[in-house]
Amino acid sequence: MRILIKKGHVVDPSQGIDEIGDILIKDGKIKEVRIQDKEQKAKSKSPLTQPFSSMEEGKGGGEDTELRTIEAEGMFVIPGLIDMHVHLREPGYEYKETIKTGTAAAIKGGFTTVCCMPNTYPINDNASVTEFIIRKAALEGLCTVLPIGAITKGQKGKELVEMGTMKDQGCVAFSDDGLPVMNSLIMRRALEYSKAFGVPIISHCEDLTLSEDGVMSEGLLSITLGLRGIPAEAEQIMLFRDILLLKLTRGRLHIAHVSTEGSVELIRDAKKRGVNVTAETCPHYFSLTEDSVKGYDTNAKVNPPLRTKKDIEAIKEGLKDGTIDVIATDHAPHNRDEKLREFDFAPPGISGLETALSLSMKLVDEGVLTMSQLVEKMSLTPARILGLNGTLKPGADADITILDTKKEVRVESKKFASKGKNTPFDGWMLKGFPFITISKGRINEWQ
Amino acid sequence: MLNEKDLLGIKELSVEEINLILDTAAAFKDVLGRDIKKVPTLRGKTTVNVFFEPSTRTRTSFELAAKRLSTDVINFSVPTSSVVKGESLIDTALTVQALGADFIIIRHSSAGVPHLLAKKLRASVINAGDGTNEHPTQALLDAFTIKGKKEKVEGLNIAIVGDIAHSRVAKSNIYSLTKLGAKVRLIGPPTLIPRETEDMGVVVFHKMEDGLKNVDVVMMLRIQMERQGKGFFPSTEEYSKNWGLTLDRLSLAKDDVIVMHPGPMNRGIEISSEIADGPRSVILEQVTNGLAVRMAVMYLLAGVKK
Repeated sequence: MRILIKKGHVVDPSQGIDEIGDILIKDGKIKEVRIQDKEQKAKSKSPLTQPFSSMEEGKGGGEDTELRTIEAEGMFVIPGLIDMHVHLREPGYEYKETIKTGTAAAIKGGFTTVCCMPNTYPINDNASVTEFIIRKAALEGLCTVLPIGAITKGQKGKELVEMGTMKDQGCVAFSDDGLPVMNSLIMRRALEYSKAFGVPIISHCEDLTLSEDGVMSEGLLSITLGLRGIPAEAEQIMLFRDILLLKLTRGRLHIAHVSTEGSVELIRDAKKRGVNVTAETCPHYFSLTEDSVKGYDTNAKVNPPLRTKKDIEAIKEGLKDGTIDVIATDHAPHNRDEKLREFDFAPPGISGLETALSLSMKLVDEGVLTMSQLVEKMSLTPARILGLNGTLKPGADADITILDTKKEVRVESKKFASKGKNTPFDGWMLKGFPFITISKGRINEWQ
Repeated sequence: MLNEKDLLGIKELSVEEINLILDTAAAFKDVLGRDIKKVPTLRGKTTVNVFFEPSTRTRTSFELAAKRLSTDVINFSVPTSSVVKGESLIDTALTVQALGADFIIIRHSSAGVPHLLAKKLRASVINAGDGTNEHPTQALLDAFTIKGKKEKVEGLNIAIVGDIAHSRVAKSNIYSLTKLGAKVRLIGPPTLIPRETEDMGVVVFHKMEDGLKNVDVVMMLRIQMERQGKGFFPSTEEYSKNWGLTLDRLSLAKDDVIVMHPGPMNRGIEISSEIADGPRSVILEQVTNGLAVRMAVMYLLAGVKK
């Protein structure tokens, strides 16, 4: 089967493409990308007067005549998005989300690859759990699922997992996400040992002794709401420790969900001094302030907590100047009843897969990022960090997102494909949604 | 008229609403001075006290206020309820409402619980203390007591002393007293007064000797023993030595100063017995006034169109 995507605005930073063109897909792989050249542009409105050579082959051979043509005029055609930070909840918490519903949400949000964090039940701290996830994803997943293993057994911060075996089974990175490795010696060992297998360590930076049982950002608002605060320093102290350990070990470190101005400064500084660190942020950290917590809205409870306007500005600046490499969702679906309770006891997290792209498109509208830079942050760079593709080069898997930038939709969490309806963006008007997401050549489309 | 069916906090009230409650409370205080202390105003209504945290004074005060207004009162407290069986907060509240409650008086250790219930319930929700957020009726009875002694709150120098960080009483009083035009000072160790509190229109002191000068009102807070050993202060002895209210320190205040305490007191720790039992103390009047203020709140909420 072949698919022809016609006249879309192709943006593929891996090849430096940012032009109108056509893409031909054959048997789940990208066959050819043809860009309208300048002469053709001048001559005619129709960019591609000459047929693809491979299409002629098809005609000649007489076999495989099935061709699906997608008219993509006025749309962006980009490499499928890669989310290196999601929680799919399976195994163990299927009432919150499953691999099936989580990948459906991913596809709906324009993602063709998601990397799932290990805090399932049982925890993904051994190759059997990794194998279960991979098999289940092969059976029921609508997009590619790549597991992230725990750094330590039981995420207890004490003993390293069998990273080599788990990598062989399919883990692409290691993280005790949700919990930091508080013991500096164990973190050092993790950064050292992982070098043998070329896998990054992803750090959830939080000094638990400082954040204690805080539930929102510390400041005047936490005082007036009577909620326990978490100072920005809880993130920054741990981040600085991890940067120092990275310098010591020369391993590979990726910082999860950067939320504060101070963190952006620390990472910028480290990069300037040549430290090989990468970092991600999430759409809620550049879209919302702590004000969303007012009225005790548990959908705005997230860890790290939403911060202030200054932090948002710093994060945008960090995205713009390359300090922050990646936009990930930290998709954290929860059951309705778990969020419908005391703010103190509601679990933190936002169901983010289905709003991430349109929230990030705002950065393009505001001029913070170019479209090409956005694609880098949501596809190419995560691919590079994890050793994946993130490209439209011929021969690559046909993972493609076709984005309708004009499509404006009011967010309705009840229509989410995810089981997690927990979003602080309910009711927001957002612009820019996937029109079609192609995962390994399989077309998923929405009206 | 009050604007909302619920009393969630002082933050949410306008100055007019605060004054309306205080004026109405004055009328009820007259009633409480009569031989027959009960009025038929809210006969047929039902009040349920839902206390997720232990409380004797506030619960009793609400119970008596509700009875004085002729409502039926039920006490729903945690150890005897199904909360221990794992029932969710919302289910507990809906059950109480289904029993026909018109007023739900709630105390909970988590901030925001009354707000959550107010959204889900038709009944009037009255916050009797939520975590470290607010305790609005305490602040109202304190303002009522100050007004009774000093005619008006505006322009007075009022010092609140102790664990501001963990005190819902302090928070509600800061809102109410600043709204009514008092000059509010906070006194206590820096570990117990968050830095950002200064942005709430108050002045912060860390020494009693500095903060008590020329005050009209001293409001002491209960120091919670469990803060000891958590790094807030090293020992109750040291706390008492530095921030306890003694006669010497009180002499720095104005001659006609009044001393308040929301109770229960730790005698000899945050307040000396000479002061608690002395002529400047209005601590027991606060308790009496609490009844009138709570009656006023329930009476006014009953008049809000739902």
